[in-house]
Amino acid sequence: MPSTTLRRALVRSLGRPPWSPEVWRETRFTAAGIPVAAPVWLALTDSSLLFPLLAVVLAATSWLTALQRGRLRALYGVELPPPGRSAALRLGRLRLGLAWRQITYHLLVGPVLALGALACGYLWGVALVLTTVYAWVWMLPLEAGLRGELAGLDVLLTVTGVLLLVVTPWLTTLSAWLEVRAARLLLGPNRAEQLEQRVEEIAESRAGLVDAVDAERRRIERDLHDGAQQRLTSLAMNLGLARRTLKDCPPDAMQVIVAAHEEAQAAIDELRDLVRGLHPAVLEDRGLDAALSGIAARAPLPVRLDVELSERIAPTVEAVAYFTVSEALTNVAKHARAKQVDVSVRTAGGRLRLVIGDDGVGGADPSRGTGLTGLRKRAASVDGTLSVLSPLGGPTTITVELPCVL
Amino acid sequence: MRAVIAEDSVLLRAGLVKVLEAVGFEVVAAVGDAVELLAAVEEHRPGVVVADVRMPPGFHDEGVKAAMVIRRQWPDTAVLLLSQFVEERYAADLLATNTSGVGYLLKQRVANVDDFVDALQRVAEGGTALDPEVVAQLLVRRHRDPLEKLTPRERDVLSLMAEGRSNAAIAASLVVSDSAVAKHINSIFTKLDLPQADDSHRRVMAVLRFLEIT
Repeated sequence: MPSTTLRRALVRSLGRPPWSPEVWRETRFTAAGIPVAAPVWLALTDSSLLFPLLAVVLAATSWLTALQRGRLRALYGVELPPPGRSAALRLGRLRLGLAWRQITYHLLVGPVLALGALACGYLWGVALVLTTVYAWVWMLPLEAGLRGELAGLDVLLTVTGVLLLVVTPWLTTLSAWLEVRAARLLLGPNRAEQLEQRVEEIAESRAGLVDAVDAERRRIERDLHDGAQQRLTSLAMNLGLARRTLKDCPPDAMQVIVAAHEEAQAAIDELRDLVRGLHPAVLEDRGLDAALSGIAARAPLPVRLDVELSERIAPTVEAVAYFTVSEALTNVAKHARAKQVDVSVRTAGGRLRLVIGDDGVGGADPSRGTGLTGLRKRAASVDGTLSVLSPLGGPTTITVELPCVL
Repeated sequence: MRAVIAEDSVLLRAGLVKVLEAVGFEVVAAVGDAVELLAAVEEHRPGVVVADVRMPPGFHDEGVKAAMVIRRQWPDTAVLLLSQFVEERYAADLLATNTSGVGYLLKQRVANVDDFVDALQRVAEGGTALDPEVVAQLLVRRHRDPLEKLTPRERDVLSLMAEGRSNAAIAASLVVSDSAVAKHINSIFTKLDLPQADDSHRRVMAVLRFLEIT
């Protein structure tokens, strides 16, 4: 794409009169690079200045970069992507690569480009002098002799001047384009670095999001437990007590009480299931092992559970593991026609490994059906993986690996 | 019988007081945390304590810890724990020293007043009451050979025994005759290879073996 952009820029430049504001802006922008580059040129003429100059550039790399980025922004409206902020970029090889590119720019590329700017400035001067040749030649004293020498050349000089007026903006555009291009390549993170940085930022923000969702679920769970659940239980107790103690109550009134009591109990059960689906309190209080026992006990088919956790697991990962086992068992009960499920949960090398195996009919396809897709998404939300081995006729083994800590 | 209640939710505490008084207990103290509970037990020496597992200040397992202290220092006081969720460790800790006069129920069971009162009376009289979910959860982890030998029906009977039910209650729950239950229980004793002893002791042994606490 840059070549098209360059061609377009040059074509546009040809269509502009030399006195247009764009031309003036480009000239100003490129010329502003000259004072920054001048010390380097100076050092090339005097070798004793070379080492001090190197030292200054090395020490002031980020300051010089900020200066050049400022020049691009203020004089040409070009905003470079910021260098990385994350810790990995600050310390890692990317940052080092970026530093070397910046030094290359300040010592080599910048000064060379500034030479172009200098040339453009020179051509501007020449063009102005030549196009106005009639005006100032007329002002020269007759006896200077110069007037006579120029007499035959005046037409040629004027034509050259006009040509230069056309060519110089064009060269200035080229020079400005090269400046922007070089700055993009050398003063900011390159594409790979930008992508790496972006991926890191996205991973960070996703982990934050997953944690925030988890924290929110806990909060709702706690609120429901402290509020609605207690009230419902109290209500049901009162109704139960009324049912037990009101002996001389008319039968139809008693019927209403009994119905209300049963409704209240059903509501308590439903609310309990709902709360458990949000975030089981046992997970928070007693950890993954105890919470998994609960799931296994409630499963509609026999589950053998084998848990060995030797490493610390982040609460968010515990929640993912809990819901993964819960959903996997629901899937088995729904589809596998299994007689027995074995669930094994182990930690090794910073990974939490869940293996859920059943002796059912097999043929589970992770690309179809929402159950396994949901499990895979759940695992992926914390950078985990899910694999399914389920030949027709069974048995089915689902293996989920999660990082212990996010 | 004198009772002490420890429950931090004001609503539930009031409800428990009402229920206990309605069925003939004398509630001598109703407190909101484990420290007050121990003080109240020391002062009143109640026949039974009903306590929440999760109480201030830590909202963790203060009730279980207090229950262990009570069982050690005042063995005549029966303890019924109410828990928001099943934690088999709590049940095992509670049953480890002595299976008489202990209970562990899910908190939601208090909503069914009849069942709750039934369990409470069982515990107060020196029996046991384990929540069916506790028993189910303990089953998941226990796969020792002696239990594998039991038929599904015998396992059902053993589960109900573990909950603390009498033969008659087991018969009613499984819709079989009392003699059928007695037959199952005898078969369980044989399969679990329990020594000859009086019937109630063998029952306790069977349950303990079932819970793998012995």
